[in-house]
Amino acid sequence: MSVSTGKPGKTRGSGAPTPGSRPALSHRLAERGIDRLLLLLVPALLFALVLFVYPFVYGLGLSFQPREGGLFGAYIKFFTDPSMRGLESIWITLKLAVPAAVFNVAASIPLAYKMRGKFRGKRMLTTVLVIPITLGTVLTAEGLLNFFGQRGWLNRFLELFGVGPLDLVQNYWGVLWSLIISGFPFAFLLILSYLSGIDPSLEAAARTLGADWKQRFRKITLPLLAPGLAITFCLTFVLAFSVFPSAILVGDPSGSTRVIAYVAYNAWGQQFDYPLASAAAIVMGAVELAVIVLVLLWRSRMYKGSTGGKG
Amino acid sequence: MSTTTVNDRTPTSPPPERRRLRATPGTFLVWGGMALFLILLFGVVASVVVNSLAGQWFDTWFPSSYTASWYGEAWREYDLGQVVSTTVIVAVAVVSLSVLIGAPASYVLARRNFPGKSLVMLVFLLPIMMPPITYGIPLATLLTYYHLAPGLTGVILANLVPSVPFVILTMTPFIEQINPSIESAARMCGANMTRMFVRILAPLLIPGVLAAAVLVLVRTVGMFELTFLTSNSESDTLVVALFTAMTGAGIRAQQSVDAMAVIYMLMMMVLLVIALRFVNPTQLVSQVRQDAD
Repeated sequence: MSVSTGKPGKTRGSGAPTPGSRPALSHRLAERGIDRLLLLLVPALLFALVLFVYPFVYGLGLSFQPREGGLFGAYIKFFTDPSMRGLESIWITLKLAVPAAVFNVAASIPLAYKMRGKFRGKRMLTTVLVIPITLGTVLTAEGLLNFFGQRGWLNRFLELFGVGPLDLVQNYWGVLWSLIISGFPFAFLLILSYLSGIDPSLEAAARTLGADWKQRFRKITLPLLAPGLAITFCLTFVLAFSVFPSAILVGDPSGSTRVIAYVAYNAWGQQFDYPLASAAAIVMGAVELAVIVLVLLWRSRMYKGSTGGKG
Repeated sequence: MSTTTVNDRTPTSPPPERRRLRATPGTFLVWGGMALFLILLFGVVASVVVNSLAGQWFDTWFPSSYTASWYGEAWREYDLGQVVSTTVIVAVAVVSLSVLIGAPASYVLARRNFPGKSLVMLVFLLPIMMPPITYGIPLATLLTYYHLAPGLTGVILANLVPSVPFVILTMTPFIEQINPSIESAARMCGANMTRMFVRILAPLLIPGVLAAAVLVLVRTVGMFELTFLTSNSESDTLVVALFTAMTGAGIRAQQSVDAMAVIYMLMMMVLLVIALRFVNPTQLVSQVRQDAD
């Protein structure tokens, strides 16, 4: 604002000898928000075009030029070829990512609800919950293999109660565990900060009017929290949907955890079939964006205002 | 804001705060679940730490002997000196480049409305909302085509793709908090654009720059997919080296992989502790709210 009021004066001063149509044009543009300041945007835009948009368009073009099978050959191969099992891999990825994201969000709500207030040790608990972010997939994977493995501490402990060794790693459950360990702290921190943004006096007012905690939660907290829930779900879903290293390390990448990222990487790094790999990558992005659009559409049908107190 | 008003109002009546932790069945369930999660988490981490210090560990609760030699072995065996220095080079390059490119853009996005702004925002949002593999595969193909990958240049370029938008989204709320009238005053006093940036905005923006830089640092050190797609054995960062060590195991002792994982964890913890000094988790909200719109 400040700069745009300063700008026309400056142009008028420098362009004083020829008061033609140019100052007027730049003035009119400046009124719509276009002036020299926008040049600051150029490096970032250029960067995004060269390193994101161009490769993406290139990949899209590449996916329509397969070695064989015509225009849609790579896509047809991805979906129908028995060695690719593309459709199955989409299903497997969704089966991992949706439950993981739902669990992370759903488990965070009651916990964040209890932790809204101030109490002793809150800071320490938050710090402990942040630690999983520092672990990294490989340490998580190693830990899961050691701890949940056939001869790990957990099965050893269960043995004391006569429960036979459980198969908890090298399969679907191992990957789901690693998604929860890495995703839950993230979801929790986001939801906690959304919840603490809701003005407590709203709930206090409802309490005065005689609403019990169920009514207060359902009629006040939940609607105000809905946008935050939708966004947290989307971000945790993105994290879980792009699962790749842990599907290999704690999963069973040739069978039950053959996620789409693994299929795409295989086509790229092992078969060197770049059109096929690009097609798989594009399908992956499309499926993920479709889920996010669905969630955001659901969100737009809910309460639309801001999350409250902060702004 | 709201919490401070509550604090101002209720210094004399602490009971409501304590009442929130009353032991109702629901509370028990919540804290029980939390405790279970923490116990499992502790077990997962402890099993790696114990194993990295184990001399021999067969079918028993704890190893029969302890040794710290795996750390030295991992350092030599995986050439960790080079791996760590590569990680530092990549991280420093990505952080400084993304701040240089992203900070000016976030200033414009925070202060201006212009036609096509939502399209620009979309271009910056997509790299964050997409799985790294999705854009990583076409990008790596293209970088290989131009002989920029596999290698250090490719790794840095690929890691910049999500980092620049991340800097933009993190810094925009920081800039929005700076009162525009300060800039107006500087301009009234005769400062030109450059002087205003150097003397007024830059000092006010240091917290925002630090927050963005540290978050990008943590993300870059932890970023697996993009580095994996664009690196060769000389440009592996620590995450990728760990992954290849673990998948290519067999002949190597698992303990030395665990030792390496512990080194990685300690490094990330130091970074995160530094990050938390600059970034308040509640600031995540304003940043994420930006994501949505």
